[in-house]
Amino acid sequence: MSEIPQLLVHEKADNVGVVVVEGLTAGTDMLCCITHDNSTFRLTSNADVPIGHKVALTDLKAGDTATKYGEDIGKIIADIKKGDHVHTHNCKTKRW
Amino acid sequence: MSNLSNMTIHGYRRENGRVGVRNHVLILPVDDISNAACEAVANNVKGTMAIPHAYGRLQFGEDLDVHFRTIIGTGANANVAAVVVIGIEPGWTKRIADGIRLTGKPVAEFSIEQKGDFETIRAASWAAKEFVHHATEMQREECSINELWVSTKCGESDTTTGLGSCPTVGNMYDKLLPEGITGFFGETSEITGAEHICQKRAINEEVGKRWHAMWKAYQDDVIFAHQTDDLSDSQPTKGNIEGGLTTIEEKALGNLEKIGRTSQFIDILEPAEAPNSGAGLYFMDSSSAAAECVTLMAAGGAVIHTFPTGQGNVVGNPIVPVIKITANPRTVRTMSEHVDLDVSGILRREQTIDEAGDALIEMIRRTANGRNTAAEALGHREFSMTKLYRSA
Repeated sequence: MSEIPQLLVHEKADNVGVVVVEGLTAGTDMLCCITHDNSTFRLTSNADVPIGHKVALTDLKAGDTATKYGEDIGKIIADIKKGDHVHTHNCKTKRW
Repeated sequence: MSNLSNMTIHGYRRENGRVGVRNHVLILPVDDISNAACEAVANNVKGTMAIPHAYGRLQFGEDLDVHFRTIIGTGANANVAAVVVIGIEPGWTKRIADGIRLTGKPVAEFSIEQKGDFETIRAASWAAKEFVHHATEMQREECSINELWVSTKCGESDTTTGLGSCPTVGNMYDKLLPEGITGFFGETSEITGAEHICQKRAINEEVGKRWHAMWKAYQDDVIFAHQTDDLSDSQPTKGNIEGGLTTIEEKALGNLEKIGRTSQFIDILEPAEAPNSGAGLYFMDSSSAAAECVTLMAAGGAVIHTFPTGQGNVVGNPIVPVIKITANPRTVRTMSEHVDLDVSGILRREQTIDEAGDALIEMIRRTANGRNTAAEALGHREFSMTKLYRSA
């Protein structure tokens, strides 16, 4: 892969990906790579997102499940647009 | 990586046949009030190391068992050539010295009551000096890589640990466990959120059930007994959240990447317990706090620790080299003095997990042969006893 990806996604079933570059700004047309099969797609970030933080790959509604590693990592607690920053303000464990 | 089966390291073969990669002479306190005497002996005799710690008085029951296992296991570790044990009174001091003596290595014990620090330090210094002469004449010899006992625990995790540094450790285990090494993983609390997946990685249903009972006991006896509202201030930690981890499930799934794709655990260990079911991967019931966990695994017999970090944990251990691995390019940029293996190429898709695993095996080989880790060079010697409950 000659171009360096800005977003990595673990599995095809995931609805969030991880920003892997520093200083990502809103409006960036991100190269996204699914590490499981090395397939790529593009997605525009709606926000400045720090390295390591997540971006939604699709629109998500409060009550939906966030999926990463192909597994349930928690519930969405506020409506989210594709390309939005996903973190503790809109996603929470189902355990507590 | 080709010909792993023929890979050798140069280590110290101990009296009991185990292979160490360091050659420490320890001055080991039984209890907190013997720390000063131990540090004085270590100051008198160059080439020795005191390991001061916070506990060892009025403990009882299971908590005392963990204390004895940790101190005896630390002295018994194959990275240790010889041990001077100092305690306040002779009873527990002898118990610990005799426990270490089962390995066949030289041990001398001293107690302080009715003598005082001066007389104890004088006598112990003579023994320590003899042990330094003994240890420094030992030679490294060629040993198979499968004789290494390698532990893992990650710290200051973020989303890059699950993408890069933890799968690197997992790839190493997937390659070296079939060669016959002994491995350790643990962090009971941090498996919470992926416990259903971890249980399936047991070698059979019986081990899986015992694993789940151990995990459930921790949940019931510790978390639910002491929780305030939830764990959200501790798990994920503030550092984890800063690094992008949102939930305990997300953190646990990344953590479990450390046991790779194919590795299965063959048995469960109590904190600081040594494996006794042969070569293979073991789950040790352990704290997820870095220094506590590494201390317990070292006491269980691990001679090298592999430590993936995201945001930049700096932990080391007095007797075990801790190899720090990170995939986070910001951490490589800001904290490179702590990083032994940079696998940030995984995030740029310039390096595969397979290549990163090979690079870690090579770093393990070099570390076993004597390369000091970043934590060793920087003097990180964190030794933290696990305390289960209040003393009597």
